[in-house]
Amino acid sequence: MTLASYLQDFEASAVNGGSRPDWLMPIKRGAIDRFEALGFPDRDNEDWKFTSVAPIARSKFGRIAAAATLPTEADLGPHLIGPSEWSRVVFVNGRFVEALSTVTGLPGGVTIQTLADAMEEKPEYVTQHLTQSASVERDGFTALNTAFITDGVVLHVEPNTVVEQPIHVLYLTDGTVGEGATHPRTLVVLDHHAQASLIESYVALDDGVYFTNAVTEVSLAAGARLDHYKIQRESEQAYHVGTLEARQERDSHFESLSFAFGGAVSRTNVYTVLDGEGSHVTMNGLYVVHGDQHVDHQTRIEHSQPDCTSHEVYKGILDDRAHGVFNGKVYVHPIAQKTDGKQTNQNLLMSPTAKIDTKPQLEIYADDVRCTHGATVGQLDDQAVFYCRSRGLAPDQAKTLLTYAFAADVLEQIPSRPVAQYLERLVMERFLGTPES
Amino acid sequence: MLEITNLHAGAEGVEILKGVNLTVNAGEVHAIMGPNGSGKSTLAHVLAGREDYQVTEGTIRYDGEDLLEMEPEERALAGLFLAFQYPVEIPGVTNAYFLRAAYNALLKSRGLDEVDPLDFMDLVDEKLKTVEWSADILERQVNAGMSGGEKKRNEILQMAVLEPKLAVLDETDSGLDIDALKIVAEGVNSMRRPDNATIVVTHYQRLLNHIVPDYVHVLVDGRIVKSGGKELALELEAQGYEWVQEAGAAS
Repeated sequence: MTLASYLQDFEASAVNGGSRPDWLMPIKRGAIDRFEALGFPDRDNEDWKFTSVAPIARSKFGRIAAAATLPTEADLGPHLIGPSEWSRVVFVNGRFVEALSTVTGLPGGVTIQTLADAMEEKPEYVTQHLTQSASVERDGFTALNTAFITDGVVLHVEPNTVVEQPIHVLYLTDGTVGEGATHPRTLVVLDHHAQASLIESYVALDDGVYFTNAVTEVSLAAGARLDHYKIQRESEQAYHVGTLEARQERDSHFESLSFAFGGAVSRTNVYTVLDGEGSHVTMNGLYVVHGDQHVDHQTRIEHSQPDCTSHEVYKGILDDRAHGVFNGKVYVHPIAQKTDGKQTNQNLLMSPTAKIDTKPQLEIYADDVRCTHGATVGQLDDQAVFYCRSRGLAPDQAKTLLTYAFAADVLEQIPSRPVAQYLERLVMERFLGTPES
Repeated sequence: MLEITNLHAGAEGVEILKGVNLTVNAGEVHAIMGPNGSGKSTLAHVLAGREDYQVTEGTIRYDGEDLLEMEPEERALAGLFLAFQYPVEIPGVTNAYFLRAAYNALLKSRGLDEVDPLDFMDLVDEKLKTVEWSADILERQVNAGMSGGEKKRNEILQMAVLEPKLAVLDETDSGLDIDALKIVAEGVNSMRRPDNATIVVTHYQRLLNHIVPDYVHVLVDGRIVKSGGKELALELEAQGYEWVQEAGAAS
């Protein structure tokens, strides 16, 4: 439909956008060609059956303007997590803000830099990792992101290096500058037996209509461990498509936690390939939406080698007229014997007009595996509400307690205590407007 | 303390209580006995304010107030406590958190500051003794994964923390082995004071060997057909409910 406007944008930036290195141009050119071929997915596409991206396709989201005023340290406060010495890399409207970023206390063997810098300084390295986990071939949004790459983050941890403190990347958007898009790209490369935690926050600084189209690529070498948190708090008028694709070598460990609170329409894809024996993924998520929000998660866990484990719990809390979608696939290749896979999606509907479409899927081609999956949809238990009230809790307080209880097993599995506390507070605030004491 | 007059109540259009009269004074223990389906549990739930039951006639005065006008949480904060026959499981919430939330709600209603977690632990340590439990139970989830007996004991722990004025024990003896029964009964007895009262709802007499009532009422088909002292429970045990049912029909 308005593919044309993206293609025009691309040509315009290709002509006058001399700022990007030349060597990247063929990759971008390939990506825009692929985007032209794939287009935006429509509802006939099985992967997008319950989510219409027509509002994104209809709009002409060119590169978003820079924010008129940058946020202050104080503006940032509510979006920061953990102690102030945690490293953070801050972008506003897709542009790196050095003044708000701090990188401290990291051990040797850790490189964290902007993608723009990395592209300048080490083209071979970027070429080696870009589009390796996330393919432009099958996904129009990933192709679009790749065609419009300008900046993002590269995290590289060398062998046997352990980074204790989480690193926080904040992609902030000030939508008051008018409609526009960002295409942040994050690359995470952990060498063998390296360990790190990365938080990616996508946060609105203000209301506004805009489009975030993010792609994160994760590469975990043998024995590496990554704890990855994605926290999506976009404006409730905004559109968000975020794809994380990981590739895991033997004995690697990936904790993927995805939290979605914002967006008019949001779609999060989390994909991993367990491509080495003995690797493990925990893929958990929580979406908490209200009003007319639409939130969609698609996960895919590919067991490509034997003796791998995957544990997945996604939970949703949907109020008002919100619509949730969960589509989770666990694919077990014929060679992947002794696979242990558990997948659950549970949903709490807080209102009679909230809606969920859930589709957990197992596709198993090996015979010696242990895999389970299931989905539930329910409401707050009246008996439990009454029980709480009979102990003196006000109805609102009873509701909070039980909502928290519903989300508790996902929140309690969060490895980082400060992240867990931050998210607990968000869940509570979403429902009651005030934090619980 | 409690005055029930001509109480009619039911659920889904079916009348279950058909004119109950009962007066409970401070310092007293009343037992309400009756066969299955007589309306014992309905009475307990109506007292606690469960919305599934509709009161169609009659009044309940509690401490001079119109109990039926009060929300369930208002009743709780005014000192009324129902020990559930089937305590509800709340996975994901620890006993410690739940107890403290309930205790803080009580403090708040009295215009007092909330208790901090450490001070609260000191208070709960004392209360745990009432039910002969160790502090491990506080880190368990509320009723989830507990045995039937543990759930009942947990109700009594909540009661000990909240120190109600009027406790209604709904079939607290069901599902308890004799040791657990004794612990629960001892717990309840240790809380007896001149200014509080207890209503023990039960099908069987055995709990009343341990929690000795001042009055026993027999509820049959939604009415109290016979009242007496503690010896009435023994008589019922010996002769069965048919005996009072016939007596009720004859009177």
